[in-house]
Amino acid sequence: MIESHALADAVMALLLITNLLLLGFGYLNACVRAVALQGLVVGLLPLIMGGGSPLWRVAALTAVGMGIKGVVFPRMLSKLLRDVEVRREVEPFVGHGLSIALGVGAMGFSLWVSSKLGPLVAARNAWMISAGLATLLVGLFLIVSRRKAVSQVLGYIVLENGVYTFGLATVGHVPLLVELGVLMDAFVAVFIMSIAAYHISREFNHMDVDLLDKLRD
Amino acid sequence: MTWAASLLLSPLMLSIIARTKAFFAGRRGPPMLQPYRDLAKLLGKGAVYSRTTTWIFRAGPLVGLAAVLCAAALVPMGRIPAALSFPGDLVVFAYLLALARFAAVLAALDTGSAFEGMGASRETFFSALAEPALLFALAALCRLAGDWSLTGVLGNISGEDWLTHGPAILMAAGALFIVLLAENSRIPVDDPDTHLELTMIHEVMVLDHGGPDLAFILYGAALKLWTFAALLASLFTPPEGTALWVQAAGFLGCMAAASIAVGVVESVMARLRLSRVPMLLAGACALSMLALAGTLR
Amino acid sequence: MMALFLASLGVMLLGGLGALLASERPKLANILGAGGAFIGAVLGLPAAVFAALGGPPASIQLDWALPGACFDLALDPLSGFFLIPTLFVSALAAVYGTGYLESYRHSKRLGWMWLCFDLLMLSMALVMSARNGVLFLAAWEGMALSSFFLVCSDHEAENVRQAGWVYLVASHLGTACILALFTLLAGASGSFDFSAWPSVLHIRALPPALFFLLALLGFGTKAGFWPLHVWLPEAHPEAPSHVSAVMSGVMIKAGVYGLVRMLALWGAPPAWWGWLLLCVGLASGILGVLFALAQHDLKKLLAYHSVENIGIIAIGLGLGLVGLSHGSMLLAVLGFGGGLLHVLNHALFKSLLFLGAGAVLHATGTRDLDELGGLMKRMPWTGAAFMVGAAAISGLPPFNGFVSEFLLYCGGFADAAAGPGLPTLAAGMAAIGGLGLIGGLAAACFAKASGIVFLGEPRSPHATHGHEAPWSMTLPMVVLALSCIAIGLFPGPVVRSMAAVVSCASGLPLGEVLIPMEHAGVSLNMLAAAAWALVAGVVLLAGLRSWLLSGRLVDAGPTWDCGYAHPTPRMQYSASSFAQPFTELFSGVLFTRLRLDGPKGYFPAGGRLATSTGEVLRDTFFDPVFSWTGRQLGRMRFIQVGRVQVYVLYLVLTLLALLIWLTGGKP
Repeated sequence: MIESHALADAVMALLLITNLLLLGFGYLNACVRAVALQGLVVGLLPLIMGGGSPLWRVAALTAVGMGIKGVVFPRMLSKLLRDVEVRREVEPFVGHGLSIALGVGAMGFSLWVSSKLGPLVAARNAWMISAGLATLLVGLFLIVSRRKAVSQVLGYIVLENGVYTFGLATVGHVPLLVELGVLMDAFVAVFIMSIAAYHISREFNHMDVDLLDKLRD
Repeated sequence: MTWAASLLLSPLMLSIIARTKAFFAGRRGPPMLQPYRDLAKLLGKGAVYSRTTTWIFRAGPLVGLAAVLCAAALVPMGRIPAALSFPGDLVVFAYLLALARFAAVLAALDTGSAFEGMGASRETFFSALAEPALLFALAALCRLAGDWSLTGVLGNISGEDWLTHGPAILMAAGALFIVLLAENSRIPVDDPDTHLELTMIHEVMVLDHGGPDLAFILYGAALKLWTFAALLASLFTPPEGTALWVQAAGFLGCMAAASIAVGVVESVMARLRLSRVPMLLAGACALSMLALAGTLR
Repeated sequence: MMALFLASLGVMLLGGLGALLASERPKLANILGAGGAFIGAVLGLPAAVFAALGGPPASIQLDWALPGACFDLALDPLSGFFLIPTLFVSALAAVYGTGYLESYRHSKRLGWMWLCFDLLMLSMALVMSARNGVLFLAAWEGMALSSFFLVCSDHEAENVRQAGWVYLVASHLGTACILALFTLLAGASGSFDFSAWPSVLHIRALPPALFFLLALLGFGTKAGFWPLHVWLPEAHPEAPSHVSAVMSGVMIKAGVYGLVRMLALWGAPPAWWGWLLLCVGLASGILGVLFALAQHDLKKLLAYHSVENIGIIAIGLGLGLVGLSHGSMLLAVLGFGGGLLHVLNHALFKSLLFLGAGAVLHATGTRDLDELGGLMKRMPWTGAAFMVGAAAISGLPPFNGFVSEFLLYCGGFADAAAGPGLPTLAAGMAAIGGLGLIGGLAAACFAKASGIVFLGEPRSPHATHGHEAPWSMTLPMVVLALSCIAIGLFPGPVVRSMAAVVSCASGLPLGEVLIPMEHAGVSLNMLAAAAWALVAGVVLLAGLRSWLLSGRLVDAGPTWDCGYAHPTPRMQYSASSFAQPFTELFSGVLFTRLRLDGPKGYFPAGGRLATSTGEVLRDTFFDPVFSWTGRQLGRMRFIQVGRVQVYVLYLVLTLLALLIWLTGGKP
């Protein structure tokens, strides 16, 4: 209901920038803060999108989304980092420069895909679709290319953000139950993953998921 | 009436066989009523039971005799119908005898003796192989007679059947004769005269029974022999239409002939090696299958 | 009626969950689990019996979110009939289990075991009543998994794990065939509901043979037809005995049910189907009993006998199909009737025998026949019940096994006497000969099993210390034994009440089924008369003997044995000795191995001899094929890197590829 192309474009741009920040930052604390920012941004989307729902519902959704994604998750992860006392660098497999290049490539790819899907959605939402897809791909990339367990949790959160954005763009408005379900799912997943990362680190004295390949058959 | 005849006259078959064997051996042989005297003597005795045995041992002879009595009620005398007859009683006949055998085998195993276990093992072995032969032979006769109860089958083999399917009937009769020898533990499958290691099948299973139990077992054996011989003899009885006394006399004559035949076989042959007996039974099975094939035309 | 049935399903589920939640207190878990099973059965049996007798069919349909799925249950005569042994036997096995699992009474595993048991019962009930392919498969899989966990109850032992593995693989291979079958049928008709599936004879695109073979392979693996039976002798002995009873008595019947349901859906079959089933039945029956003869592990022997009895059921079904395709109504009705009645009978006496074997194992700690003996004196109730079961499985009158075999024989003989022609005659004769041989061999085998275990003298200290089982274990056995005797003494009413079931299974209208049933009914009444006469005869002779012996000397002494002075228990005939004539004659099939370490020298000290019979089909066919497959697939090991990131990378690449493929194609 806040009709503004400019605002929508600003939000998209912020989203893409946070993605690039995540790919480029070398310290885990910084990454967590980038994810917090992304969460806040994504939480704002229902307010911008509007659609047929009453205002109070949209406001509630926005508040809950921003709260969980922007505040709760980053808090949990920071606490985890403090407790576990791990070396705070990111330690990726793929170097930062190459990561950023791949991130830009992902954005290009998602633009191409959304152009192919063109007839399905309104022109305004085409941007959102490509942004969502790009975020999704960046999230997957983070999971694949990062060594530490915390990085993988971050990647998962980014993936969820991408899916949320994509869904919002295609559907137009968010059914309450679906959104709450998705939120609940993400919450539980992050919660469990944090606990798992904690235990892995305690057991093996490191959070290097790569070294877990000793456990294979 | 047939049942009563079988009950009264079956021990006579044993004496006919004994007399025939004595004839071949140049002896006079025991008196005709000897088996009755043996039974009476045994019924008058007490009993000794082994401490190893349980109620199975005591129940074995009872179940065996009861089963054979019921089976005998199903068997006709030629064209004179049996006391009890219904479609499918062939199967009941065969399986009642199987029940009698099962009870005897369990009683033998109950004594905890090696000899009796050996007899039990071989008894089950031979009868398992003889069962298909019996059933196929009866099936062949069923097909000829167009009926499937013992009375119906054995009573309806008429003269024309003999003319058209004579060979088939003879082959079925041959198979039935071999089954008779196997099931009643006659030579060439087993030697009924001795109770020693030479003849480790039927006789050895009953070593520990005595008194009334042994009487029941002996009488049951005689009755079983009667039933099998009746299956054979009924094939050769006088044709329909003759008077009742002619039928009865003809049947009894055939039974006597069957007993004499058994005696002759026992006198001229030796017991087969135990590993050869399956071949004999397989031969009986083949005969009955050929008989069945013969009835198809 | 459907409400009762659903209530029973609910009770089973709740009982199982309750048992799991009560894992901390094994006694409570015991009561909850067994109680859930028992009460569930009590609730469900009236519905099952009512449906089997031909009452109006009850059904319920609920929507389900899965694609193509619908929670569609119905109780028609066939379902009801198969549910009767399912519920009855499982309830008794549950009661038995409370006593048998005493060794677990301090273990937390008890709750889990009862959950699996109740889930097994629940999934079997669902399989028997499902009318939707997806529901059927879900319940089928539930059945397989819950029984797998039950088989692996003692998973600390290596052979138990091995057995569980074999069972899991076999079960899933069968399920794969069923899945393929259902998918093809759904593809042809557009829906997974049974009612929507046409007769496969009308599908143009694929040959009907394919469907029949898939059904035979899939359901036959679960049922235990030869050559798909190799898992049975592995899995059934290793499971706890009450589970073996349920698996052998009921679960393999689920395979038979599936096959019969498919055949009933498809209508009048081509003749070769019946012939194939008949041949499979003959092979299963004869080979099953031969291998059983060669075993000296009591539970493995019983497992092979399950194969044999499934063979007898298949013979009955095959005869029925041959009769249907050649238009001989008598053969069809008697074949189906005998086969289906044998399903019920086998459930009763096989579970009785397994429960008895479990009692023996519980009392003596061993399953090896050559170490048992003389247990009748120490375990009178178990022994008597086992004897009844042994006589029943050998098909002897006056017990129930004879009634179903009698129906099959009647079919064969009636056809011989008055049948239409050569094909049905050949089928009937094959059945008669096969049943005769099987019956004789089965009697031999059970004379061996019951005689060596319960009679004579104990052959080892294990057996000397045997003791009677608690009432919770003997009571179910006695109930089963009485039901075997009851069906044997009252065959007429039992068979006549099966008219609706036979009509449902064969597809013939009820009126056409009733005419041969009436004929058979006459014979069955006379059979009952003969059975009663037998019982009366035994009683009279017993009376005669006690009258004769009264006042005379009745003494006890050692076994006379023709004057042998010093018998020892070790000199008794052993299980391998009893079976030696058979294993020798049939050595071309059994390949019994003999390990002989004979006495040597002039003053020999001792010797050893051991026989063992492996599962020939497994050694020669299945093991080499699976090993080869394993080796080939092992070449693909390099995919498994051990790093989570690589696996996610595989996912991402696949997703990207799909995305490009799907979107790139559009303009």
